[in-house]
Amino acid sequence: MGNDFFEITVNAIKLVVIFLMIVQAVPLLVWVERRGSAFIQNRLGPNRVGPLGLIQLLADAVKFLGKEDAPPNKAVKLLYYTAPVFALIPGAIAYCAIPLSTPISVEAFDFFGRHFGPYRFAMQGYDINIGIVFILGISSLAAYTILMAGWGSGNKYALMGALRASAQIISYELALGLSIVGVILLYGTFNLTEMIAAQSGPLAFRWGSNQYVFSFLPNWGIFFQPVGALIFFAAAFAESNRLPFDLAEGEAELVAGFHTEYGGFKMLMFFIGEYAHMMIASGLVVTFFLGGYLIPGFTVDEIKNWVGTFINNGTAVSAVVCAFHLLSYLLKLTFLMWVFIWIRWTLPRFRYDQLMDLGWKTMLPWALGNTIITAGLIYWSYQ
Amino acid sequence: MPLGGILFLAIFIGAFGTFLIYLARFTGGGLKTGRGVKFETYECGLPAEEKNDTKVSVKFYLTGILFILFDIEIIFMYPWAVTFKDFLQNGTGLYVLGAMGFFLLVFIFGLFWEIKSKALDWD
Repeated sequence: MGNDFFEITVNAIKLVVIFLMIVQAVPLLVWVERRGSAFIQNRLGPNRVGPLGLIQLLADAVKFLGKEDAPPNKAVKLLYYTAPVFALIPGAIAYCAIPLSTPISVEAFDFFGRHFGPYRFAMQGYDINIGIVFILGISSLAAYTILMAGWGSGNKYALMGALRASAQIISYELALGLSIVGVILLYGTFNLTEMIAAQSGPLAFRWGSNQYVFSFLPNWGIFFQPVGALIFFAAAFAESNRLPFDLAEGEAELVAGFHTEYGGFKMLMFFIGEYAHMMIASGLVVTFFLGGYLIPGFTVDEIKNWVGTFINNGTAVSAVVCAFHLLSYLLKLTFLMWVFIWIRWTLPRFRYDQLMDLGWKTMLPWALGNTIITAGLIYWSYQ
Repeated sequence: MPLGGILFLAIFIGAFGTFLIYLARFTGGGLKTGRGVKFETYECGLPAEEKNDTKVSVKFYLTGILFILFDIEIIFMYPWAVTFKDFLQNGTGLYVLGAMGFFLLVFIFGLFWEIKSKALDWD
């Protein structure tokens, strides 16, 4: 995690802050979800508690604290209690591998007579050179927490909901994994930071010996992989168990799916896990297809030079540049999260056989075709 | 190596979640167990009869097996995709493209055989 005490402390604080960011985003997202659904369905939504109903979620949290802990007699207690805790872990660990902004470089300084060398703090939990594989692997562990909750509850509705959810997750994981192959072909790397760096500047590609440049468009992945982006985004919906793919909950026939027997804070933890998966999906779409933290029209160096005309201190310059890019990243992320909520309240649910057909018979062949065409086009462009 | 960071985060979140569960138990009036109706398995108004190890459709097992096969095949494509441009630059691109083409042919044949034998139909 670092070479000396200062670096290790900063990196540990960074990890905790990113995790708390996910936890803190949940009340806000629930509020947006309620107000947004009310807006879409032409009603008011929660607007009584505090300004615009913003304190409503605080009141909900207090209510969650007051819920009594009454596990059903038939529950397998170990699985019943560990499942919500494990639901938090994969989402946060995977999200920490996504780069949020440009790194902050701290110049060497002296503190109480001790010398601290120059540091370079990446604005992500940890910089992993196999970023994509790591995120896919860790975030698909969520299927285990769902199965643990379903089996541990000792309830047939919970078990059936968990089975449906895990079957759905693994089915769409194929389309998800295959749609990324086109992206990897395009950038030739697993590292997310390198992918973002490859998307800077205006839209440019080579075909044979000719170089084509469209200066009015950014060099984003979505212009090279439109089909892949669509498949990835749709599969990400299924991965995070959101409408129109929320067959796991199926309120009409399965009560509430795998969290039928859960209440209070344990229920809230499953929600945090679900929203963390939403954030991972949105973050990956931003990273692969929408240029990551880059600001369209300006490269990182241009912004660094522009900020350098106002500030002389190198540490402060990199911090300001980092703040600008973080803002750009968060704007893109917020937009995609809103698309998640927007689609949830606009589209109706699938039937279960339609859901499986869509995953296996439609999205998997399309992702395959996308891979083949991408590989062919890249091959021809090098001739 | 980011292993230290990952371990630290996993342990921190585990402690955080355990703390929340114990906190909620404390503020909610302690752990309740007993024989009352409240502690029975949820059922829509009727006494719960079936055990939790109820029979499940064999389709779920089939989906799981097929997932493992296809997922491993997809994972084989990742290293190929990463190194494809390197092979194109040193001139062996056609061979690598053809090799993956043959692999994909087997993949597509398997997928269509699966669809044709109705292994993916739910009723």
